[in-house]
Amino acid sequence: MTTPISLNQARGVAITLTDRPIVRSLMAVAFAFIVFGIFIAIIGRDPFEVYAKMFEGTLGSKVGLSEVGVRMIPFVLTALAASIPARVGLINVGGEGQLYIGAWAATGVALYVDFPTIWLMLPAMAFAGFLGGAVWAGFAIALRHFRNVNEVISTLLSNYVAILFVNVFVFGAWKNPTGFGYPYTANFEVESILPAIADTRLHFGLVLPVIGIIATYLFLSRTRWGANMRAVGGNPDAARRRGIPVLRYLIIAMLVGGGLAGLAGMSEVSGIQHHLRPGISNSLGFMGFLASWMANHNPVAIIGTCFLIAVIVVGGDVLQFSGNLPSAAMLILIGLVLFSILGFRRFERKTE
Amino acid sequence: MSDVWLVLGGTLTGAVGPGISVLYATYGELITERAGRINLGIEGSMLMGACFGFIATVETGSVTVGIFAGMIGGGALSLILAYLVIYRNTNQLATGFALTLFGAGITAYAGRSYVDSTIGGLNPISIPFLSEIPKLGSALFEQDILAYTAYALGPLLFWGLHYTRTGLSLKAVGESISVAYAAGRNPYVIQIAAIAIGGALAGLGGAQLSLGFTHTWSEGMTVGRGFVAVGLVIFAMWSPLRAMVGAFLFGGAIGLQLQLQTVGAPVSPFILDMLPYLIIIFVMALWSRASARAMPEGLKGVLKATT
Repeated sequence: MTTPISLNQARGVAITLTDRPIVRSLMAVAFAFIVFGIFIAIIGRDPFEVYAKMFEGTLGSKVGLSEVGVRMIPFVLTALAASIPARVGLINVGGEGQLYIGAWAATGVALYVDFPTIWLMLPAMAFAGFLGGAVWAGFAIALRHFRNVNEVISTLLSNYVAILFVNVFVFGAWKNPTGFGYPYTANFEVESILPAIADTRLHFGLVLPVIGIIATYLFLSRTRWGANMRAVGGNPDAARRRGIPVLRYLIIAMLVGGGLAGLAGMSEVSGIQHHLRPGISNSLGFMGFLASWMANHNPVAIIGTCFLIAVIVVGGDVLQFSGNLPSAAMLILIGLVLFSILGFRRFERKTE
Repeated sequence: MSDVWLVLGGTLTGAVGPGISVLYATYGELITERAGRINLGIEGSMLMGACFGFIATVETGSVTVGIFAGMIGGGALSLILAYLVIYRNTNQLATGFALTLFGAGITAYAGRSYVDSTIGGLNPISIPFLSEIPKLGSALFEQDILAYTAYALGPLLFWGLHYTRTGLSLKAVGESISVAYAAGRNPYVIQIAAIAIGGALAGLGGAQLSLGFTHTWSEGMTVGRGFVAVGLVIFAMWSPLRAMVGAFLFGGAIGLQLQLQTVGAPVSPFILDMLPYLIIIFVMALWSRASARAMPEGLKGVLKATT
């Protein structure tokens, strides 16, 4: 267990700079980049050139920055989808699948419900996306409650089922008849599309993670329910004895988490793709899960970790495009960053 | 009616092939979990095995080298988890999951120029007499060598876990680290060994998949088989013999799905593809109470499912 810094201060232990979590995290990130740089050198590329291209392509231009923002939208939402259940001690590895189901539900509304204005259409799609993701996560919590099936396994396996579920529709009933045989749905009408912000690919789906972060932060730190969630996550038995309805907290945390991942799916189809197709996500939900763990499930720190992952992922695309490195190599870097952040965390062995 | 028999016969024949790779991964995860650790990275270890087994076979032309390369690849990956969870006390589930993505990245990178390569792979060996048993014989006894070692490994592991000193030490560590330590064992060495062997077995399973079953390499080709294995260990109640049942159940689901597609069942092929995953969740739900009782004490902190 990590001893809080304040406790050490009270004990009179000197606090050095490297005891601060943010400093340790930055050291860890630097360490991961160095290890990956060595890897780049081993495979015969120039690490300085690769990193220069990567940062120039992401942070050095308006296009690059907006692309980082575009990626951060689903990352932040799926990271919250992992972090809110984590508060009550649940592990939701199903963000990817919940995202797909959310995208599917939002597409269903876009294709088959006819609202005249964008002001009705987009909220309806967002609601459907949230509901889709929440229901999908609900299966996991139901299996856990009624059948003692651990949510890690059920959410992991349900990702594969969700991807196939979307395929059933895009290869079947929802396939665009004028799509030259490609497995896409028809393109969305203009009412179902999240408008772009100022000539970039960035779109108004951006409000979702912004509201999500602020609401989660305020809820967790300023309300009684937020404190109760922490109690449930820390010791469910003690929480129950204090009269906290533990089960209700578990269910709501999981459903809200799934719903947020579903919103990420809605924002992807409505803001970026403008139709549903197989492979819309390509591991966005898994990245969100990692971002949440890197941030120790802290909603504010999630902004930073999602930014970092977005820079790496977009940088990977830049490097792939310029022929420096295949983008698959970026998964290695992301893995290294997480290992190193987890490994750099201070801990004291439990004294039993 | 003849269709039904055709489908059933085909399911049986088709169950063994895809079941073997999962069976190895299940054995691997079982050993790891018996020592009180859970490794979600075995999906990554399987990918490492499939990829490096394939690459080594293409480069050297020897399937034997490929098999060992696969085991080393899977085992090496899992050592990262061993270091982090034992010496840095990181969360096992998050570390394991990151390990899977890490393995997916390494293999996508390393294997990208081998996607179109072809190999002879492992050849089926027919066991005399046994393979002539009607229906079952050809399904079970016209397989490659890795299938036979997988059959043998189940009873062998069962015996090893329950009747050898090493097996008993392993189980003791899984029940209580401090008790095992007091009894003069070195729990961390045992756990590291269990995680490494587990990863190597998952790598072997991956190698069986690419060398014995598909004879090709493609990115992410294990599609969740490692995670299925984690579920199967729970279904198997940490017993190698029940693990065999579980793995062939998964294989049977894949066999059934292929058969239904062949006879042209009027269902979307994607719904049939869901079957293996749904069946695993279903059997886990059916036997969950009994598995909860059989769970090694050391896992109860991570794998709890009661509220």
